[in-house]
Amino acid sequence: MSESYAATEGVDPAASAEPVIDGRDRLLLNAAREFAGSKIAIGGLILFGLLVVLALCAPWITPQNPYDLAQLDIMDGRLSPGTVGMSGLTYWLGTDDQGRDILSGILYGLRISLGVGVGTAIIAALIGSTLGLSAAFFGRRVDALIMRLVDLQLSFPSVLVALMILAFLGKSVWNVVLALVIVEWAYYARTARGAAIAERRKEYIEAASSLAIPRWRILFGHLLPNCLPPLMVITTIQVARAIALEATLSFLGVGVPVTEPSLGLLIANGYQYMLSGQYWIIFFPGSALLLLIVSINLVGDRLRDILNPRGVS
Amino acid sequence: MQALLVVFAMTLIVFVAITFMGNPVDIMISPDADQADRAKAIAALGLDLPVWEQYLRFLTGALKGEFGKSFVFNESAVKLILSRMPATLELAVTATLLSVVVGLPLGLYAGLRPASNLSKILMGGSILGFSLPSFLIGLFLISVFAVELKWFPSTGRGKTASLLGIQWSFLTLDGLRHLLLPALNLALYNISLVMRLTRAGVSETLQAEYIKFARAKGLSPRRIVFVHVLKNILIPIVTVVGMEFGITIALSVVTETVFAWPGMGKLMIDSIGVLDRPVIVAYLMISVLIFVLINFLVDIFYTVVDPRAKLGAAE
Repeated sequence: MSESYAATEGVDPAASAEPVIDGRDRLLLNAAREFAGSKIAIGGLILFGLLVVLALCAPWITPQNPYDLAQLDIMDGRLSPGTVGMSGLTYWLGTDDQGRDILSGILYGLRISLGVGVGTAIIAALIGSTLGLSAAFFGRRVDALIMRLVDLQLSFPSVLVALMILAFLGKSVWNVVLALVIVEWAYYARTARGAAIAERRKEYIEAASSLAIPRWRILFGHLLPNCLPPLMVITTIQVARAIALEATLSFLGVGVPVTEPSLGLLIANGYQYMLSGQYWIIFFPGSALLLLIVSINLVGDRLRDILNPRGVS
Repeated sequence: MQALLVVFAMTLIVFVAITFMGNPVDIMISPDADQADRAKAIAALGLDLPVWEQYLRFLTGALKGEFGKSFVFNESAVKLILSRMPATLELAVTATLLSVVVGLPLGLYAGLRPASNLSKILMGGSILGFSLPSFLIGLFLISVFAVELKWFPSTGRGKTASLLGIQWSFLTLDGLRHLLLPALNLALYNISLVMRLTRAGVSETLQAEYIKFARAKGLSPRRIVFVHVLKNILIPIVTVVGMEFGITIALSVVTETVFAWPGMGKLMIDSIGVLDRPVIVAYLMISVLIFVLINFLVDIFYTVVDPRAKLGAAE
């Protein structure tokens, strides 16, 4: 790792001008400072953090376990927000048709939505970046093959591809993850390849190659770290996209099963009561999904402005 | 050539998927049928043949447009989908028109007055249009315009009128009222896209030498914008809108479900719910075909209007 630092600093005059702090720390510090310059982005980050904490702590802070049928009372069905139920529990956001507390449902749903979104983004990032880096590094036939696949994948609408996979595999959280990974990997591959092609020509890669360092170490130890900024940006945005797509699929009834309701499924459940004025069954889960997606996009947008990667869609 | 390859690959993928999905005989025959009946049913469906022969049958069937009968409607799956297609096309075409009619002026405004507050709001709104799932926006539209304000109906196609033997909603006033909300919902993504493309195109073109020259020549700002700027940014925008048309058709699955619009997307979702496999397969193959066809036409269009772009010179 240390050789690559030396090489980077030798090439980049800006980096060598400031000898006190190590190159990467300085970059991170600057990026963080710049990020803090936007109040909207900070707000988005705080909101997102809050939602993550709420989702993680759901089993300890929710008034009710929405999956435990023993805790549900059908007599409490479709109560409006703020009503005190048969069991003496106050339903701040009301209840759904089965007497489930909406607030508890949302927090548990948030866990699934976030889990699927972040999980897919990470798996797709690993697969996509590895393929993209390999395409850039090995070039020629490997490159042509991988990029042809990427083009093919990107030319199909993600909803159609995901629908096709889920129509055949059936409902389950893991099938949704699989479908989303198949839909998303190509974005990472394209971005990683774009960044890696720009980096590959730099002298530190040449230096590393001439030291006869094994190829996989150049690939993952030298090339990958320097391609991270654009990958970080699209990972953030793809988390939001994955959450949105999962919600869409669950809303359509092909996503997660009813035993593990995500926000999208809660919204689908509330849809039938929306027209009859029982707005809370759909309004609160919908708002939670909106806040989640908007908060991630605010952070992602700011990151993109700062790190300004190439080839991000 | 690549288009044909894609379609061929799709038949293979779909075939593998349905083969591994399970034996349709288990669903189709009664549980108390004996082994002989079972064998007869398997032979009738051609499931006793070697896999490659089954695939050949599937392929020839697909070429002839035969994907079997719908289990639910007991009607040819392809016919069923074709009968629902006009509703979907009507929705998608209206949405595409809306995206240009609304997106272009807004984008022009934002490009010409980048510093104004309205432009900033428009650009912020376009991020929402990109990132929010369309079903959420659709539900929002229904709750505001259908439930609260009661301006527009929220479900169905309304009254239709016949043209060329097909029923259309846009020919009657009631139909138009039913069409507006779903079309707007479906268009929102494209409106955001057209708006951003137009804005980027305008601000880039305004820097160009020939615009400076036109200004120096004393042309009116109106003529500069509508003739010199628009002419140059319109081609890429039209191309993108054309390519998005396939995606719009695919996305109409969501809009049709939200607004209970009886198109082929709604049919597909309903069929998944009841495991009506022939319809699912036929829908997927027809969508892919439409999609590949549109991309092909857009490619040709682009090479015709912009001779600099040659087919195959993607990089």
